[in-house]
This record gives sequence, structure tokens and C-alpha cells, in this order.
Amino acid sequence: MVVYQGKGVYGAVAVGKVSVFSRNSADVRRMTVDDTEKELARVETAKEMAAQQLEEIHSKALKEVGEANAEIFEVHLMMLDDEDYNDSIKSIIETQKVNAEYAVAVTADNFAEMFSSMDDAYMQARAADVKDISDRLISCLMGGGKTENSSDEKMIICADDLAPSETVSLDKEKVLAFVTAFGSSNSHTAILARNMNIPAVISAGEDFLKNIHDGDMLIVDGHTGQLIVSPDDATIAKYVEKQAEDARKKQLLQELKGKENVTVDGTKINIFANIGGVGSIGSVLANDAGGIGLFRSEFLYLESEDYPTEEQQFSAYRKVLESMAGKKVIIRTLDIGADKQIDYFDLEKEDNPALGLRAVRICLTRPEIFKTQLRALFRASAFGDLGIMFPMITSVSEVEKCLAVCEEVKAELKNDGIKFNENTEVGIMIETPAAAVISDLLAPMVDFFSVGTNDLTQYTLACDRQNAKLEPFVDTHHEAVLRLIEMSAKNAHKNGTWIGICGELAADLTLTETFMRMGIDELSVSPPYVLPLREKVRSLDLSK
Amino acid sequence: MKEFTYIIEDEIGIHARPAGNLVKLIKTFSSTVTIEKEGKPPVSGTALMKIMGLGVKCGDTVKFTITGDDEEAALQQIAEFMDANL
Repeated sequence: MVVYQGKGVYGAVAVGKVSVFSRNSADVRRMTVDDTEKELARVETAKEMAAQQLEEIHSKALKEVGEANAEIFEVHLMMLDDEDYNDSIKSIIETQKVNAEYAVAVTADNFAEMFSSMDDAYMQARAADVKDISDRLISCLMGGGKTENSSDEKMIICADDLAPSETVSLDKEKVLAFVTAFGSSNSHTAILARNMNIPAVISAGEDFLKNIHDGDMLIVDGHTGQLIVSPDDATIAKYVEKQAEDARKKQLLQELKGKENVTVDGTKINIFANIGGVGSIGSVLANDAGGIGLFRSEFLYLESEDYPTEEQQFSAYRKVLESMAGKKVIIRTLDIGADKQIDYFDLEKEDNPALGLRAVRICLTRPEIFKTQLRALFRASAFGDLGIMFPMITSVSEVEKCLAVCEEVKAELKNDGIKFNENTEVGIMIETPAAAVISDLLAPMVDFFSVGTNDLTQYTLACDRQNAKLEPFVDTHHEAVLRLIEMSAKNAHKNGTWIGICGELAADLTLTETFMRMGIDELSVSPPYVLPLREKVRSLDLSK
Repeated sequence: MKEFTYIIEDEIGIHARPAGNLVKLIKTFSSTVTIEKEGKPPVSGTALMKIMGLGVKCGDTVKFTITGDDEEAALQQIAEFMDANL
């Protein structure tokens, strides 16, 4: 059993036998010719043949990967027809008096060189497209097309690299997975594999390719990029189970993706996702969350050696908002202290950190840190639908202070002529019993509430979250906590404020009905729970 | 002769697919179209690989120069295409 590491481009698992992809490696030789007219005519005939093949691939791609992804083959057709490309072939044949194959190969190298020398990863990847059409043209000149996998068994295709046309030409019914030794995740092959829903790992390395042979057993894990050659039975069993789990998820996804979060009687609720870094946006979108209900901004501070600058924060927030393309994104301001410590903040050691200087309390005692974050947030608000949320609120005066800093920041930005969204929603976490009890006073001050059930439970039941011995005393469904949530919901709605839940209880399917009956407007859960929660919502009937 | 400039808003710039579609559009006119990126010599609007080779990125300004019988219509449609796609 040998393990190789590549980059997964489509998250799924395949277990099966290897077929090493071989192409008719056309050895192009330089030959001098007398009749250049004949060579030019050969190029024309080969071009027609290549164009016809590309038309066929294009229509196959249209069916299998959709219009947007099939368009690359239309571009290939246009590249084949490109004036400069053809002039170059023609001029090499005429001036050097050489065979057509050689002229195409040299032209291909020159154009590929032009793309790969560009300082842009996307354009560099286009060198592969030039090579792809040129190889096709050469193969047509040599009188043949490209060969197909003739075996009937489903195989894992391993190759040095696959051209987009090769990827699409492979019979999908016979392909379990793709593995390439090289290639970039920007390549069309990677994009196509994703759209064909085939597990794929790229950049497996040259060693992998050297040590793999036709018929070898291989596990391809598109989630982690791991490749396991000649796995033992226990490992195979483990991955077969993983495959089954993927299949269940995929089925759930297919059934529920794009569907509304609505009960049988027509009550709707928003289901958003909680994330703690820019890297998780992919899974938010893959699980079809309606927005981000809690974006923990701490990662910016935790990953940094010093206070992150306004620019660093702005570009991270902007990226999240742009990636979510107009969907709601609620970013929680810095929540450290208690169990989350950062060296450069130089916080004093406390006897009782959970009841100590944390979250918004730090922000209000160190306004320069708070202001930097709020400036970055408001600047990012111009790039999507942002909500700003303050953690650990216990009083009206804290909210007043937070809002005053917001107004100060907005006035500054206006003064500097920097654009931001004037209507950016501002909200607070309900995670202390105090906030819930005075929610009637807090609701008119803000646009939304978000209940943090983990802290709310810890503070209501006086049970330290970190202490495992207290578990028998922590009833996560404690009536006191549920009443506080219900009270907050009532007070929110009386004041036209919306209310969500972003703590762990939001993902507790046994409470979904209770929360919906309270009129909770939004539940925010970690991305893998979005669809199971949607399934639960759709099964409920609140009229009964 | 007609001219117009356009600032690219698309995040990855004039990449393969829009370049292909742009060439396809330009080929429907009888006018000669050139595309110029600041600091580089202008290229023909029907030369796909040269357009891709310009490496036009988000925020770059490109200048179109259109000469011919249908330059008015070409200008309008190219501008519309740029607005909608890039």
C-alpha cells in the first residue's frame, strides 16, 4: 500500500482498477519537401477533419457538461481558424520547405510559449489549449483520430495530463475517476471533471505516474487529494463506506438543492451557514446555504502575527461578500478572550475568563482595534449584502457605544469619499441572559438578533462549557434557555427586528419545530447541516 | 473612423471564452477593428490568439478603433458586448 498526495478537484471517492491513458504519441519529424503546395493542401484537409472532430466533441460536451463549459471547444474551433496561427504554419512550410506536421508542431510550440510566459495563471493554462488543437491537427495529418478506451470495465484513468478534448472524449460510462500527474486546478480539464461529477485528482506528481500500471488497484479520494495504490482490504472497506456516504449526501443534495426552506403548511425560514474562514465559502455554496449567518472574524487575528491592518481585513471581507454574490453575509466582530487567546493582544490572565474581558468588552476598551475592523467592514459593505454583528452584549449602553463607533466610521468614510452601503444591517448576539431579558429594550436599536446558544446555555445554567464533568448538569434543551429564546423572538418581532439562531442548537433537528413555532426567521448551521435541516423543515406541518 | 475605450470590469479579464465570442462578433462586420492595450501595439480584432496574448486584466483600459462602412453599427454592438460580458 503506497500513498501519494495530489490536489482533489472534485470531492468524491473512487475505488477501482487503473488504466494508464495512452495517446498515439505522434513523433513529428522534420522533413524537407519540394511540393509546398501539396503540404498546404494537406493542412487544409487536416483542418477540416479536425474541425469536424471538434464539432462532435462540442456537441457531446453540450450534452454532458452544459453550454458554459462546452464553449471552450468553440474557442478551440476559433483558435484552429486563427489568422496568425495559420499564417505561421503556412509561412514555415513555404520558407523552410518542410512537411506540414513539423510546421504545425513548431507553430504550436511558439504560441504555447507565448501563453506560458504570461504572468497570469489563467493565461498560462491556455498553452494546453494550443497544444491540444495542434496535437489534433497533427494526428489528422497523420491520417488518424484519437483512440478510445476499448475495455468494458469502468476504470480509473491515469495520465500525465489530459487535454480538455481528451477529457470530454472519454466515455463517461467507462470512467471511474481521473488522475493526472500534472495540471492545474485552473485547467479546463479540472473544471470539466467537476462538471461531469467525476472524482478527480491532479498534480499527483511524476513518481505516481512512474509507479502505476494498468490493472493496479487504486483508491482516489477527491476530497483530500489522496491516492492509495494497492490498498489492503480494510482500507478498501473504509473507502467503500465513504463512497456510500457521498452517495447519500449527493442524493440529498439532488433532492433538495435549489428547493425552498418551507414547511408543508407554507411557513418559510432562512437556512444560512456558519463559517470561520474564507476557505469554507466553497462548502457554503456547495451545500446551497441561503447566506452566511455567522462569519467568525477571529481567524484574521489568529492567523496573524500582529494586529491585521484595515487593508488586510477589507480584502478578506470583500472576498467573502463577492463570493457570496449578493447573498446575506453576517460578519461577527472580534470575539476573543475566554477560550480564545491571542499573544499580541497581551491580555491579562483572569481567574474566570468566561466572565472576563472578552469579545465586545475588549473592543470597547481598545477602540483603535474596533475602529479598524469596522472601517474595513463598512468599506466591504459596498460589495455585497453585509450584516455586522456584535458579540457578548449585556446592556443598552454597550449597544449605544457600538452604534456610536459605527456612525463615527461612516462619517469618516463619507468625508474621505469612500463608498459603502448606508443601509448595512447591524445586529447583536443574544448570548447572555441579560440581553435576552432586556431584549425589548435592545430590539428597537438594531436590525437583527442572533442567538448564540452555546454561551447562552453556559451563562443561564452556570455551567462552564470547557468542563466535561459538568455534562450531567447541562441540559441543552433546558426550558430556561428555550424561554429566553422565545422571549427574544417576541420582543424582536414587536419591533420589526428579525431573529436568527447561530449556535449549535440551530442544527438540532429535534428543536426545529419548536424554533419555527417561535417564529425564528433564520437558522445558521455549519455547512454540512444545511441540507439535512432543509429536509427537516420541509417535512414539518405547523398547522397541526 | 470610430474609436472608443473600455475599462475591463470582469475579474479575470479578457479570457478565452469572451475573447472567442468577441472575435465571432467582430467577424460579422465588414469594418476593420483593432484592439489596443496601453503600452502594447494594437492587434487585429479578428486575431483571437493575439487578443488573448494581450493579457487584458481587470481594471485595464482597452481602445477599439473601427474603420469601414458599418463602423457605426459595429461600434454600438461591440460596446454592448463589452458592457454585458466584460
